[in-house]
Amino acid sequence: MREFLEGSQAIAKVVSLCKPGVISAYPITPQTHIVEGLAQLIADGKLNSQFINVESEHSAASVVLGASACGVRVFTATSSQGLFLMAEVLFNIAGMRLPVVLTCANRAMSAPISIWNDHQDSISLRDSGLIQLYAENIQEAVDWHLLAYRLAESRNIMLPAMVCIDGYILTHGVEPVDMPEEGEIDRFLPEYQPPYKLDVDNPITLGCLADPEYYMETRFAIQETYKDILASMPQLFKEFGSIFGRSYNFVERYRLDDAEKAIVAMGSVCGTIKDVVDELRKKGKKVGLLKISVFRPFPYQEIYASLRSIPKVAVVDRALSLGSFAPLVSEIKALFFGKKKTPKIVSGFVAGLGGRDITKDSVKQIFRQLNQREVSGKFVDLKPELLQDKI
Amino acid sequence: MREIRIHARAGQGAITTAYLLGKAYFLKGEYAYAFPHFGAARMGAPMNAFVRVDSKPVRIRSQIYEPNFIIVVDSTLMRGFNCLTGLREDGVAIINQREGIQIPKAKLGQKIYIVPANNIAQQTIGRPLGNTALLGAYAAATGEVELEIMQEAVKERFSGKMQEANLEAVRQGFEYIEKIKERR
Repeated sequence: MREFLEGSQAIAKVVSLCKPGVISAYPITPQTHIVEGLAQLIADGKLNSQFINVESEHSAASVVLGASACGVRVFTATSSQGLFLMAEVLFNIAGMRLPVVLTCANRAMSAPISIWNDHQDSISLRDSGLIQLYAENIQEAVDWHLLAYRLAESRNIMLPAMVCIDGYILTHGVEPVDMPEEGEIDRFLPEYQPPYKLDVDNPITLGCLADPEYYMETRFAIQETYKDILASMPQLFKEFGSIFGRSYNFVERYRLDDAEKAIVAMGSVCGTIKDVVDELRKKGKKVGLLKISVFRPFPYQEIYASLRSIPKVAVVDRALSLGSFAPLVSEIKALFFGKKKTPKIVSGFVAGLGGRDITKDSVKQIFRQLNQREVSGKFVDLKPELLQDKI
Repeated sequence: MREIRIHARAGQGAITTAYLLGKAYFLKGEYAYAFPHFGAARMGAPMNAFVRVDSKPVRIRSQIYEPNFIIVVDSTLMRGFNCLTGLREDGVAIINQREGIQIPKAKLGQKIYIVPANNIAQQTIGRPLGNTALLGAYAAATGEVELEIMQEAVKERFSGKMQEANLEAVRQGFEYIEKIKERR
């Protein structure tokens, strides 16, 4: 049914329909509405789940780790500093091969304190073993949660998944959403059947010490599993489409076929870029967008196939790696190395940090900059007047 | 596409106002995207809420700088700050009345309506929260949404006596503007 819903409430609703047995979280802006919504559903008797209050995100992540190890479907959500407090546990969750699903309401990292949106938090956990899925709008935010549970709990995968949604823009935005029906969800996401769990009658050990004889193979196994994810997702997207009538893929190619210039981006900014692409196309400019929805696993082949014939490519990072190239642009540049067919220019732009608005003008400026020499790590919409003060 | 910017202070219900306005458009069968922008500061800090409306899904996610319509929930914000910045040439502004506030003159083609929304609210709801009266005024001033649809959106948000009172506030806000229009 189509409803007019706030992003956080829509996520709370869809997560409740996935029936997690245990939810644990610690409030942090702009995530809080999600778990408040879930707590309300439990209090109203609409969701039969245990909500475990904790004193920090480290504990929230530990609780869902423990519950997941006992064979229960779990959920948590956080942002920014909260995600970082979880980080130590999240690496453990991946290493223990537990299908925890969490939402990251994307927010900038301190200091200075910023409650506003960018992708520095989730991108910094790119090496943790979490599957990372990015939503452009609230509909995608809802749907990626279903795909996240299904992927994470697949017997051949068993890894945690994080759905990344832009803080405020999507968490506090309200728009029409086709809410999946419970019956449809039950068909797509059957009850979780853990292939292994902590059980006093059949004891196992999880997360034990692995000396140099064993450790490396555990990491190799996760790396191999990521190849299986890439291989198994197309079938999953197909199944999702047949049940819910909406199609998803690793990437979305928007007016790319004959494009001479393309922007690569993730998350809600892709909507703004699409509007600019349409405007420029009307003026006869051959421009397009490659939206990356699945960031981990990184869909090398799809990205390569989408961009190899496009002469000029701009990669927009809403994050950065201080002291180096921004994360997304470096991965995209790396995949073209040694290939015969590549774009002539792959320029890197950093935009929208700490909630700096990315307007249509910002996007047009990026397209215009592609007429010039290749740049890497060019900051968009900087305020030069703020850079003059010295201590 | 039409763009609406709401000016208020945190705690004055601007997010709910944007939600209700978006909901009215949604009930009308259009696509709306309502969203707030505020600081980490709490109650009393100036903040904006926005609504974008289109016949197709709204994709653009930036803030609104050149709105078609402006609603000023708290006109004390206009002391030393022009809430009407960027209002389009044919734009409409609905401002909550307050004594001693200088309202900038409308440019040719623009329309500015001053509504005693807090008085209406005081009489109907019993508290000076003019948001729903402003929504009624918005419906009349812009002709964008019918009174009944605006009331339907408001109805779903409240229950019992508060529902009745708010529906009455919407109606009075609507009629206040209709009367001004007749006189013009």
